[in-house]
Amino acid sequence: MTTSTPDGRLLRYVDALREAVAQEMRRDADVFVFGLDVDDHKSIQGSTAGLLAEFGAERVFTTPLSEDAMTGVAIGAAMAGMRPIHVHIRMDFLLLCMNQLINIAAKARAMYGGSVTVPLVVRSMVGKSWGQGAQHSQGLHSMFMHVPGLKVVAPSNAHDAKGCMIAAIRDDNPVIFMEHRLLYPTEAYVPEPAYEVQPGKARVVAPGSDVTMVGISNMVLECLRARELLAEVGVSAEVIDPIWLTPLDIDTIAESARRTRRLLVADNGWTACGAGAEIVAGVLERLGPEGGVAVKRVGFAATACPPSPVLEAAFYPNPGTVASAAHALVHPAAPVWTPDPERTKLAHQVQFRGPF
Amino acid sequence: MSIVPAPVEAQTPVPDDPALIERLYRNLRLTRLVEDEVARVYPTDVIKSPVHLSIGQEFVSVGVCDALEPSDHVSITYRGHAAYLAKGGDLNAMIAEMYGKKTGCAQGRGGSMHLVDMAAGVIGASAVVGTSIPVATGFALAAKRKATGTANSGVVACFIGDGATEEGCFAESLNFAALHRLPILFVCENNGYAIHEPLAKRWATDRLCERVATYGIPATRIEDGDVFTVRDAAAAAVRAMRAGHGPAFLEVMCYRWREHVGPSEDFNQGYRPASDMAPWAARDEVARLAALLPPDRVAALEAEIAATVAAAFAFAETSPFPLSEDLYDHVYA
Repeated sequence: MTTSTPDGRLLRYVDALREAVAQEMRRDADVFVFGLDVDDHKSIQGSTAGLLAEFGAERVFTTPLSEDAMTGVAIGAAMAGMRPIHVHIRMDFLLLCMNQLINIAAKARAMYGGSVTVPLVVRSMVGKSWGQGAQHSQGLHSMFMHVPGLKVVAPSNAHDAKGCMIAAIRDDNPVIFMEHRLLYPTEAYVPEPAYEVQPGKARVVAPGSDVTMVGISNMVLECLRARELLAEVGVSAEVIDPIWLTPLDIDTIAESARRTRRLLVADNGWTACGAGAEIVAGVLERLGPEGGVAVKRVGFAATACPPSPVLEAAFYPNPGTVASAAHALVHPAAPVWTPDPERTKLAHQVQFRGPF
Repeated sequence: MSIVPAPVEAQTPVPDDPALIERLYRNLRLTRLVEDEVARVYPTDVIKSPVHLSIGQEFVSVGVCDALEPSDHVSITYRGHAAYLAKGGDLNAMIAEMYGKKTGCAQGRGGSMHLVDMAAGVIGASAVVGTSIPVATGFALAAKRKATGTANSGVVACFIGDGATEEGCFAESLNFAALHRLPILFVCENNGYAIHEPLAKRWATDRLCERVATYGIPATRIEDGDVFTVRDAAAAAVRAMRAGHGPAFLEVMCYRWREHVGPSEDFNQGYRPASDMAPWAARDEVARLAALLPPDRVAALEAEIAATVAAAFAFAETSPFPLSEDLYDHVYA
């Protein structure tokens, strides 16, 4: 049953995305949605459902399998005054778009002396489980975080999915919008009127005093579950959702780490040169000589994602491995503590409902 | 053996339109004079950017842009001085940009390879070959969405070189533009070389127009080096696009007189013979059109253009550099 509160209705992440886009398309005739399959009967797992019927084929249309050129088309249309939302059903396909995104989208405004803007949103979804395999599972956000001129956002819940999408559409810069397939059915309280979750502000999702855990995208949920497991053994973990990876709110994370003296980043990607490395370095630079913070990065295993369930389970961090790593930060001299795997298995399906 | 064929006989009679001839000549001569001056001052190191000169190829840009309205858009290449000027790009801002000055068209952030003048409809250029093609196609999509269905509907001209036709995004863009009937004129300046590599080492066949035509795009190869031929072909294509027809393609054979990058000739390097250039030099449109105008008119134009060019270089010379504090301007809007 859906309930309404001042904080909104319980809405699924996927529906929050769709509602944000529909509201913005009603508000601004220059907003359009395109990408392979956005107008078919499956409508990108429902995230574009109903848009074609409401807004027509000039504003909601599929593309040839030409990710490179279609990215350039989106950039050109954006430079010409429109506000495209370019949709990819998996983030892995963004590798076909890198030349346009990095050589043009990120640079056009600077390279052309401020005479153009590129108000572009690139939606893409990270896949996980069901044997997604090596090329349907990658979280490539750190590659985009490396490049000045791009903004990068990875909402972890329905409330932020809507607010970040509206902020991204209204932003005059190119925004890489990273979604996660496993978050699509998760619910949170979502206000019905349009609102923005502004770039550059992290959120302390759950308070704690012994260790700061930063989760990225779906790893926020895994960190929350890890926090529950840690509480059972007397460890108090603070969970922070950066929400926007560029611009990144290092202040909020550094402030937390200053208190807890321990910082763990659980990423939805590999750790090498990753978002976790950036966050850890940013915090240590911010804290300076008073640093003295124990740090740990957790992320994908350094190999290609395998589809076989046993290997896949070993590939991903989970609430158990996150909790174990956090415990080791807090009690470095203690024996390794590992929570009962049975209690961490389905943690990614725990619905985080806010409200915010 | 000559790799780039000499121009064929002129296919277009000289039009009985002195105003048109003068207009085309003025643009041709302006571009030539600007680039001659760029080449002259280049060794003094006042220009802070690699330069890719259009000398000898100006007729392509001048002919095409004459068919455009100020509100139309052009996408240019890193060899884009001619197209920038032909579309009405600000000369002072162009030279200042090449000098790295704050008054440059990109405030010293673009350089010669990224000229832009949005007010004149010059939407920029990429130093990564072919990358500008989809961007131009996106402008055409926007133009189509905003089309009024009248003669004022906007069009885009997308200048590329022969090398760009080898990039995947070229084929992708042709397909998309044809599928959506976008108002974009692709103009390939085929000068026979990508940097120093000739077509024979890069193309399995030279039937480029046939390749393009399979997308349902009318494709025309122009081999006579004639600015009037180019202008007429572009005008016909643009008329059709304003009436709602889809994209068109021109392959214009031409010859780069100078080195790939830099101000000099490079026939001493052995990758192409000077004899290749001779028939193109003999067919030089700047000289040919000058001969079609009254000598006193040519002299008057020369004085006027020379003064304009001198003023632009003086403007660049006297303009301030950006401040180091400006470094982070425009990273984000």
